[in-house]
Amino acid sequence: MCANRSIAHKLILVITLCCVLIFTVTIGYFYYSSRLLLERELKDDARNLVLSSVNRVETALASVGKATEGMAHSLETGKYTDKSLSRLLMDVLESNREIYGAGVAFEPDAAAASRPLEPYFYRKDGKIVPTPDDEFHNPTSDWYQIPKELGKKEWSEPYIDESCGRALMSSCSVPIYEGDGDKRRFRGIVVSDVSLHRLTEIVSSIKVLETGYSFLLSRNGTILTHPDKEMIMNETVFSLAESRNNPTLRDIGRRMIRGESGFIPYTDTRGVDSWMYYAPVSLTGWTLAVVFPKAELFAGIRSLTMTVALMLFAGILLLGAAVAAIARSITTPLHALAEATEVIASGNFDAELPPVCSGDEVGTLTKAFVSMRDALKEYIRELTETTAAKERIQSELRLATEIQTSLLPRIFPPFPDRNEFDIFASMDPAKEVGGDFYDFFFIDDDRFCFLIADVADKGVPAALYMMVAKTLLKTEAQRLGAPELILGAVNNILAADNENCMFVTVFCAILDTRSGEVCFANAGHNPPLVCGPAGISYMTLKAGFVLGPIPDSAYECECLTLQPGDTLFLYTDGVTEAKNPEAELYGEARLLEALKRSPSGNLADMIHFIRDEVQRHANGAPQSDDVTMLAVRYTGRDRAGRGVEAGNALQR
Amino acid sequence: MLKNVPVHREIPFKPNDCSPPERIVTSSICLFSLLLTLMVVTFSPLPADAAPAALKKASLIPLWSPQAQFAGYYVALNKGIYRKHGIDLTILPGGPEQSPSRLLKSGKADFAVLWLGTALQQYSAGVRLTNLAQIVQKSSLMLVARKSGGIASPADMRGRKVGLWGGDFAVPFQAFLKKYRLQVREIPQSYTVNLFLRGGIDVTSAMWYNEYHTIINSGINHEELNLFFLHEHGINFPEDGLYALEENCRKDPALADAFVKASLEGWRYAFDHSDEALEIVLGYMKEASIPANRSHQKWMLEKMRELILPENAAEVMGQLKPSDYQSVSAELLASGVVGSVPGFESFIRRSNVRQ
Repeated sequence: MCANRSIAHKLILVITLCCVLIFTVTIGYFYYSSRLLLERELKDDARNLVLSSVNRVETALASVGKATEGMAHSLETGKYTDKSLSRLLMDVLESNREIYGAGVAFEPDAAAASRPLEPYFYRKDGKIVPTPDDEFHNPTSDWYQIPKELGKKEWSEPYIDESCGRALMSSCSVPIYEGDGDKRRFRGIVVSDVSLHRLTEIVSSIKVLETGYSFLLSRNGTILTHPDKEMIMNETVFSLAESRNNPTLRDIGRRMIRGESGFIPYTDTRGVDSWMYYAPVSLTGWTLAVVFPKAELFAGIRSLTMTVALMLFAGILLLGAAVAAIARSITTPLHALAEATEVIASGNFDAELPPVCSGDEVGTLTKAFVSMRDALKEYIRELTETTAAKERIQSELRLATEIQTSLLPRIFPPFPDRNEFDIFASMDPAKEVGGDFYDFFFIDDDRFCFLIADVADKGVPAALYMMVAKTLLKTEAQRLGAPELILGAVNNILAADNENCMFVTVFCAILDTRSGEVCFANAGHNPPLVCGPAGISYMTLKAGFVLGPIPDSAYECECLTLQPGDTLFLYTDGVTEAKNPEAELYGEARLLEALKRSPSGNLADMIHFIRDEVQRHANGAPQSDDVTMLAVRYTGRDRAGRGVEAGNALQR
Repeated sequence: MLKNVPVHREIPFKPNDCSPPERIVTSSICLFSLLLTLMVVTFSPLPADAAPAALKKASLIPLWSPQAQFAGYYVALNKGIYRKHGIDLTILPGGPEQSPSRLLKSGKADFAVLWLGTALQQYSAGVRLTNLAQIVQKSSLMLVARKSGGIASPADMRGRKVGLWGGDFAVPFQAFLKKYRLQVREIPQSYTVNLFLRGGIDVTSAMWYNEYHTIINSGINHEELNLFFLHEHGINFPEDGLYALEENCRKDPALADAFVKASLEGWRYAFDHSDEALEIVLGYMKEASIPANRSHQKWMLEKMRELILPENAAEVMGQLKPSDYQSVSAELLASGVVGSVPGFESFIRRSNVRQ
């Protein structure tokens, strides 16, 4: 998607995305772990808080319970008159400030002659005053019936006392018995009423965080204390669950009144997502719970996380800016470089490249570009010069070729007035100028000298050497008139000043046009072929060293008499060593075969045929050596063309 | 044992009937009069469609303090239905200290809400009163046992501790026990269910619209309970009815008819607008400083609808059925609660107002 975007874009995109990813994961993990940690700590705190509060509540209630049990014990063990009973109650009230009122109620006894007094004393304006018993005892009251039926001390469901300022109260009732064993009989109830004011204050004072609160539930699930005063004694946890249609809350309530404790998520009455810890006040079966809003609990981490997130966000922006700046510092010179390069590419090597102002890769690149531009400039300049030089050499070479070519006899038939023989030759240099050459000339009226030579190497040096060799050969031939002498003389001349160790192979022959006798000497050249009525065959030559390297080489003269119609075919190694693409040499055998198939009438046709054959063999492979051929046919006629017999008669 | 036991009803979540103030005599006549005056002032008629001069003053004493059991009357009062029918009605504060029949007898109240059984008892005791309307058709009484206690049928109650209310309320339960020939340990029961909740008794007396729901809202689930509706066991004592002294009816039959008409209209309005009715009742409860629990009152109003509206569309709301009357009479006579019962026709006052 961003293949065409700039480096800056890609860098910003990739780095920012990576950073966002890393930061998100980090912050998420940080937030999550902090929450877990905080929850764990808070759970412990909440438990400790609740348990210590429960402890305080129980301590306060326990003393009342003990005082009441003490009274019951006194009544069971001692004999009491109405008066001493009243005294006991007043004493208990005096010594237990916690107790608001205390009384004793007796089970009606049909056997008893008169009902005992059922005293109840309570605090009024700082004094302890009695109340008439008739108003006090109702045998169906919970405070009387429940301990009676259960046979044990009971704390009543809390109730609102209208007489002492609508205070929340609870009664601790202890059953009293008389007799032992089978005769043990329920006699009545000792009851102490206690204001829960102080307990509710303890509970209300429990503060968790800012808006966390606590509440107390009775055994029936009735709300005894709650920040929402409307709920106190009006709602139970179950009625709340019912009106809010919340079965979960009902389950929680059931666990609470069963005396369990727990730490649970809880949506409070105002719909605030919270945690709640609850534990039982085991003495009375009540439940104390603290509620603290999750939002508040996590407010600290949330704000911290938000701050960190903001910082990271700012960091990412900064990073983006930094990346953009760096990217620009890279791409701006690159852009300049690219523009400059385009100018250079268009041929303007003098275009200014952006200045190198840093040692980084871009700087290095710019330096490299400068070097490249300079090198290119130099190269182009040299190339131009070289090309010019080459062109000059080329033209010179062309000229040289022309000169060389013109040096070789090219007009056939060269001696139209001489009918004793036919001759044809060709030279195809491998390069502009070649090292091969041939030559033929009369050294006197009847003796016709022809030769073929091959200077080692090719090109200009060979051509120059060839020029020397050719001139020498012609001069010496004219002067000496015998092949072995010619070669020997030329060899000595060449060897005298041959620092470059150049050499030339030469086959030199002199034809006596009157007799057809050919005397020849060979200086390391390929053996020519003789074509006659008996067939075509390579001549067997005596060895002779090439001309040039060693002075005073000796050459032998051999002679052969040509019959009229016989042809001598001379060639250089450019023919037999012509290679095809498979580097296969043309070879002497192929040459022999080709000559057998060649047209025998015209020598020009014959040489052209061989040349075509060699070219066919080369099959497109570049010509590696000069290809030179020369053919001489002895006709046997005299100078005026008078027939063979006459010529034969002249034979030696 | 059951001396001075008034017609008790539980105030929801009032955990103890005998809180110290009650032990210490709180019913001061002065206070009561003051309250009464306040109520009269509060609910004094305002000029409406009827001319103030035409309004007749009258008072009603319900069986208990304000709650949804009396929603129809409070709604009729609040919505001006009584005034529309020419009555300047005062609803007297009911409660544990008030005996509706006594107030009716003494003339302090013109109309009273009484159970059929109580009314017959009063009649038998010489108070000549007339059934103007039978509002609650079906008995709401029931016995409730914990399933864990193993009481699945009436027979299982044999020998177990059964909480029974005193006074008039005992009669239907006694009839139930008699019907199944059950010998149980009868435990006098207050109007809380705490004795049952603490496990002091195995079976508790309860009303469908009240104590049953209190038990549920004390954390015991419906499926943990076995319920014995008395009416399902053939003991159907119609409950709340509207009563007046016979002689007053004779003196001003139009007032009695108008009262019944307005009361029934109030009930219909309450059932048609239950949310509004609930608000009205909760308002009166708060005014009387009585703990008010919305969900409990809502339950109560729903159950009152089931108890009041006739199951059979052909039947008319508010009418005492002769068959019910006969069976209640027979039961009361048999148990010796009453010595004699009046004839059905002379006990009820027929008027066309119900139609």
